[in-house]
Amino acid sequence: MSSTFAIEAHDLRKRYGDSVALAGIDLSVATGSVCGLLGPNGAGKTTAVRILTTLSRPNGGTARVAGFDVLESPREVRRRIGLAAQDATVDGLLSGLENLTMIGELHHLGRAIARRRGEELLEQFALAEAGRKLAKEYSGGMRRRLDLAATLVAGPEVLFLDEPTTGLDPRGRNELWAVLDTLVDEGTTVLLTTQYLEEAERLADEIVVVDHGRVIARGDARHLKRQVGGDQLLIVPVNPDDLVPVAAIVERVVGVRATIDRPTRRVMAPAAAGAAAIASVATELVTAGIDVEDLGLHQPTLDDVFMTLTGTPAATDGNASGASAVPGASAAPAAEEVLQ
Amino acid sequence: MTTEMIPNTAASQTTKTQAPTTPVELGPPGDRRSSALADMWVVARRGLLHMRREPEVLADATIQPVMFVLLFAYVFGGAISVPGGGSYREFLIGGIFAQTIVFGGTFGVAMAIAADRNNGAMDRFRSLPMARSAVLGGHALANLLKALLPMAFMSVCGLIVGWRIHTDIWHAAAAYGLLILFAFAMIWIGVLLGSSLATPQAVQGVAFVAIFPLTFVASTFVPTSTLPGVLKTFAEWNPVSSLSGALRTLFGNPGAKAPVGAPWSLLHPVLYTVIASAVIIAVAAPIAIRQFQRSITD
Repeated sequence: MSSTFAIEAHDLRKRYGDSVALAGIDLSVATGSVCGLLGPNGAGKTTAVRILTTLSRPNGGTARVAGFDVLESPREVRRRIGLAAQDATVDGLLSGLENLTMIGELHHLGRAIARRRGEELLEQFALAEAGRKLAKEYSGGMRRRLDLAATLVAGPEVLFLDEPTTGLDPRGRNELWAVLDTLVDEGTTVLLTTQYLEEAERLADEIVVVDHGRVIARGDARHLKRQVGGDQLLIVPVNPDDLVPVAAIVERVVGVRATIDRPTRRVMAPAAAGAAAIASVATELVTAGIDVEDLGLHQPTLDDVFMTLTGTPAATDGNASGASAVPGASAAPAAEEVLQ
Repeated sequence: MTTEMIPNTAASQTTKTQAPTTPVELGPPGDRRSSALADMWVVARRGLLHMRREPEVLADATIQPVMFVLLFAYVFGGAISVPGGGSYREFLIGGIFAQTIVFGGTFGVAMAIAADRNNGAMDRFRSLPMARSAVLGGHALANLLKALLPMAFMSVCGLIVGWRIHTDIWHAAAAYGLLILFAFAMIWIGVLLGSSLATPQAVQGVAFVAIFPLTFVASTFVPTSTLPGVLKTFAEWNPVSSLSGALRTLFGNPGAKAPVGAPWSLLHPVLYTVIASAVIIAVAAPIAIRQFQRSITD
């Protein structure tokens, strides 16, 4: 319990029939820190959370949460964790207060304390007014907040949030992020899963990127971004026909290889020379009479990281709209064309 | 809508409200005392709240038996004669008691468990440090208590259409006790259904296709002597028949006396019903519990 790691998992494996959900995952999350488990749908994020929260038994490997082994002492683990599953599992036929009181009672706080704790949390999550209304009448954002409040009833040491902002509008997401900030300030260890790169960067101290049941990278956002090679020079010509001439200018002036991304009408190149490169490229573009819409330095996003690590965009099919709805998250380049 | 908050107040609210009120003292997790019975009661209370908040799920325990009483007492009743004579309406009530308990006992708990398996509630419960048996026990308890509702409802309804208890209070108490015992047996069939079928819709389907007819091929509405060959044998040994017969016997209603040459089950309906209930519980409960545990773990 006084361990420096609130979550320690070694070589976790899980199979469902023939399909491998986890192919051996190691995790160590320092007490009081926030770990973001990042990956596309089907990467194994939820499976990992289910094992760590004692809902699912691994086929191999070991895990300790809050100092207790998930297989040997599941009940001790459950006393010390809070879990917000992917779909908010609040009980629609109970009021907000009844939901929280019930969970407090099942944590054996005693009915009176459970109720007072419920009222306290409703207040904290701006649900006090709706506390006596049935949860099925709540808006999506309110349900999420109630769900999060429910995980906090017994003062958990470790909080598991499985895609906490999925299905929320940008406002609801901002609200939830703000609440999480407060929790983390209070010292709760948090493991959250997300498909939103922006969210992992915003909330997590350490990001663990998973894909096909394996960890493919870990580190803080800065470290991961360095893996794609730092800042990029970015030029967006007004006319798509100018893409090739622009790339040629960049290669000549800066002396590095430039990349054309046609769908987004961008020319990109590593910008080791920094601001000086921008100035000389700008001069050359004016001389050549090429109009540009945008010219500047582009910081790689975690999308770029994901693209580099897995060769596929982080947001696949149905999630594409979700990912791009995150403010500031740029779409991963769809097709790259390397200029020789 | 009026309770919707403006952006980012969640955080400011948190910091604001924490200062003035003293936070609730929760104590260390290791010190919290628990008991399986208390956990079970929490889950049962939730189940009872669900029933109150969604009264349409109580239809099988309220409107449906009344509908059957009216249908058979006034529509079909005139064409059915009770062996040994007496009022068909008085004969009918014992059968509808039995039918209601079979249907309500299996259906309610099956629906509740299937719903919980589909809406994430099971995962929520399983992530809590509650007793492992409490979820199932709570559902069973809530539905056993629910069974008291149609018993009261049916009694009043019966009195209105002319049904009477002709014996003494002890026989009447034994009749109600037998109903509760049978309801308890039926609940395990319901748990088995709720744990085996994927959705509440499937439960509904099976209930209507399998359980409903089971309550008809019995002496529920008509004396078994009127049924042809195989059906007759089935009806004679169907516990729903013996329960109906036992209730008629204990309430002193017409049609209680089994005809000469009737099988043992009908000659000793009370004893046979008790034995049948015990057998159903002994066989179905362990299977149901195992099926339930399997349905919620992966």
